[in-house]
Amino acid sequence: MTEAAGEPKKEEAQDFRRLHSYPLIRHSDMNEEMRTEAMELCVTACEKFSTNNETAARMVKESMDKKFGSSWHAVVGEGFGFEITHEVKNLLYMFFGGEKAIIVWKCS
Amino acid sequence: MPVAAKPALKKPVDTMSSQGLASKKASKGGKGKTPRGKDMDDMSEMGEVGDEWMQQKTMVKPDDQLELTEQEMKEEFTRILTANNPHAPQNIVRFSFKEKVFKQVASVDQLAIHFTLDGNMLHKDSDEARRQMARGGLAEAPSEPAVAEGEEKAEPAAEGGEGEAKPEGEGGEAEKEEGATQTAPAAKDGSKKLTNQFNFSERASQTFNNPYRERGTQTEPPPRVNFSSTANQWEIYDAYAEDIQRQEKSKEKKGFRGQQESTSRKKISAIESQGDDISRIEKPAKILERMVNQNTYDDIAQDFKYWEDVSDEYREQEGTLLPLWKFSYEKSKRLAVTSICWDPKYRDLLAVGHGSYDFLKQTRGLICLYSLKNPSFPEFIYNTETGVMCLDIHPAYPHLVAVGFYDGSVGVFSLTEKLQEPMYKCTAKGGKHTDPVWEVKWQKDDLDNNMNFFSIGGDGRVVSWTLVKNELLCTDVILLKLDESPADGADGTQLFTLGCGTAFDFHKQTDYLFLVGTEEGKIHKCSKAYSSQFLDTFDAHHMAVHSVRWNTFHPKIFLSCSADWTVKIWEHTSNMPLFTFDLGSSVGDVAWAPYSSTVFAAVTSDGKVHVFDLNVNKYEALCEQVVVTKKKTKLTHIEFNPNYPMIIVGDDRGYVTSLKLSPNLRKIPKEKKGVEAAKGPEVEIAKMDKLLSLVREPPPEKK
Repeated sequence: MTEAAGEPKKEEAQDFRRLHSYPLIRHSDMNEEMRTEAMELCVTACEKFSTNNETAARMVKESMDKKFGSSWHAVVGEGFGFEITHEVKNLLYMFFGGEKAIIVWKCS
Repeated sequence: MPVAAKPALKKPVDTMSSQGLASKKASKGGKGKTPRGKDMDDMSEMGEVGDEWMQQKTMVKPDDQLELTEQEMKEEFTRILTANNPHAPQNIVRFSFKEKVFKQVASVDQLAIHFTLDGNMLHKDSDEARRQMARGGLAEAPSEPAVAEGEEKAEPAAEGGEGEAKPEGEGGEAEKEEGATQTAPAAKDGSKKLTNQFNFSERASQTFNNPYRERGTQTEPPPRVNFSSTANQWEIYDAYAEDIQRQEKSKEKKGFRGQQESTSRKKISAIESQGDDISRIEKPAKILERMVNQNTYDDIAQDFKYWEDVSDEYREQEGTLLPLWKFSYEKSKRLAVTSICWDPKYRDLLAVGHGSYDFLKQTRGLICLYSLKNPSFPEFIYNTETGVMCLDIHPAYPHLVAVGFYDGSVGVFSLTEKLQEPMYKCTAKGGKHTDPVWEVKWQKDDLDNNMNFFSIGGDGRVVSWTLVKNELLCTDVILLKLDESPADGADGTQLFTLGCGTAFDFHKQTDYLFLVGTEEGKIHKCSKAYSSQFLDTFDAHHMAVHSVRWNTFHPKIFLSCSADWTVKIWEHTSNMPLFTFDLGSSVGDVAWAPYSSTVFAAVTSDGKVHVFDLNVNKYEALCEQVVVTKKKTKLTHIEFNPNYPMIIVGDDRGYVTSLKLSPNLRKIPKEKKGVEAAKGPEVEIAKMDKLLSLVREPPPEKK
């Protein structure tokens, strides 16, 4: 019984992981083009460095610095709380892959 | 130099010896007083000399010489002279663009240059030297001794000239220089006497350099905002789940509603796009403004509604005017009020036209519409290029305002459109007046249901304007011809001289009948049907007629006022005025009261308002009151409010003052007890008739 119950649960869990793997923007006040570009960048970074959050974040931060000026901050992780000050119209907070949360903001 | 300064503190003997040794020591740049032994050796050499000096001189101490004990004086101070430049900075930091950081420069230049002199000697083999030699036509290998002799003469002169330039203290090297200068010019010298640069005099000047000034500014930093949240697994899960739900719902709805959704979305988006935040608060802001005004002018509002002058009970024949709100607009302060008009439909709206009566100083004009609910700022403002002389609001369409300008044109403004320009404006071709338009009045719609209005101008024409589609069509109604015989024109036509019309008024009941007042002081009774002749003419005044008004109730009575200080009441069938009042100053305007046939008010250029009630006192005003604060303000126009017991008065400073009439001024005559006070036009007419019968001469018996 427990096994049977466990299995569908597992399947469910996996299912959801699959279903939830698309990038979902939770909060952003960027303008359209900046937002899409940043989102693409984050997705690429996470896919490339799926095992290492630090390098993913580094890639995101450096690319944002180059494209939109200094200085950006990026956090990639699965469990954290934050309180930040960001320049208006320069914040992106999104989820990806069902597990990862990425927040990117500018504040020099 | 510390070395030279030090001896002053120590024994005076040392001063002399050390000074003599200074040059040698300086060249060494060596250590100071520590090797005392050496000092003594030197002293022994000069000892005899020193002793001699000692004997001759006494110890000279300066007044502020520091008193030190033997021990202190024996104390040795070590001074180390290094080759470092004391003025050179010790740590220079430069910004390295390569690394984008500030970096300390490793070594700092210690070189201190005390003096530089740019020489003007050329090597004999250099290009310039060769060119000079070629110019001078010199041979490459001249005879030296002969040249040297010649040179020596030139040399002292040259040296004298260069004396300032030569550095001092280089006496030892002077000989070397001489030798150098000898050889150099020797090479350049030739057959010609030397026209070398030493003979040229240099002139230089420095223009005045503008002083520098530093300016700094700081831009505003980009705005920042705080943001906080938690990112953990359940949050992420929830977010995704919600999103999926939303997507599923939207998919369902798409097939379901389709059109409805799109329209509602359009509406929502339209409303959203309509407002910036600013325009969405326009209406509440307006309400708020009115509330604030009401609170500020609360006592005035209370007076307007409830206050009645109690003293009127004791004064039978007098009344007073209570000042209420004063309307003004900052841009209208230098413009005179040229016309005022109450809105027939909105009982608290009044229109004010601003312009200038001064012939020489013509400025722009202004139309302001005020509401009684907001006396501090006009509801509508229109700026015009020429002064506004008159305006009238259409009785049926209160958003249309007809305006007459100083330049003779007329226009119609529509208050619903948000234009600053009149909706209709007449052009020069379109028959505008050639002189200022003094009055405009709306008429009933004509046979084609087009709106039309009349205007009277200083060029002597009364013109009817019709609004057809987008234009104003004009029709001359009547020309104000003067009585003189027509002069003969160039091609045999007869020219008429036209008078100047200044006022007109249409009869309340008989539509075609109207009165025209002129600048010559005549009043003409005219009909719209006859365009060349007047029905009648009254020699009313000696000066220009400022205003004519038909009585509100009685069909035969009218009022006229003029610059000749008089107000006259007429019956249009007789040539003589019924009543004449001399008010002591040029009368700007008169108006009948809307509630009584015997009450009227006049304003004069000495700032007074006169209110008359013929029923009470046939000879004097019930109220004569100055209503302006500043002296020398002329009152230009007056209007009664059709609904409330108040009048508004415009003056030539651009202010409109509202006044409340005291009860005595708005009396309805008491009937006998028991009989109800009948109201209505018939009563008013009867009242007037009773009055007139007292005044009128009995009509001559006609057979």
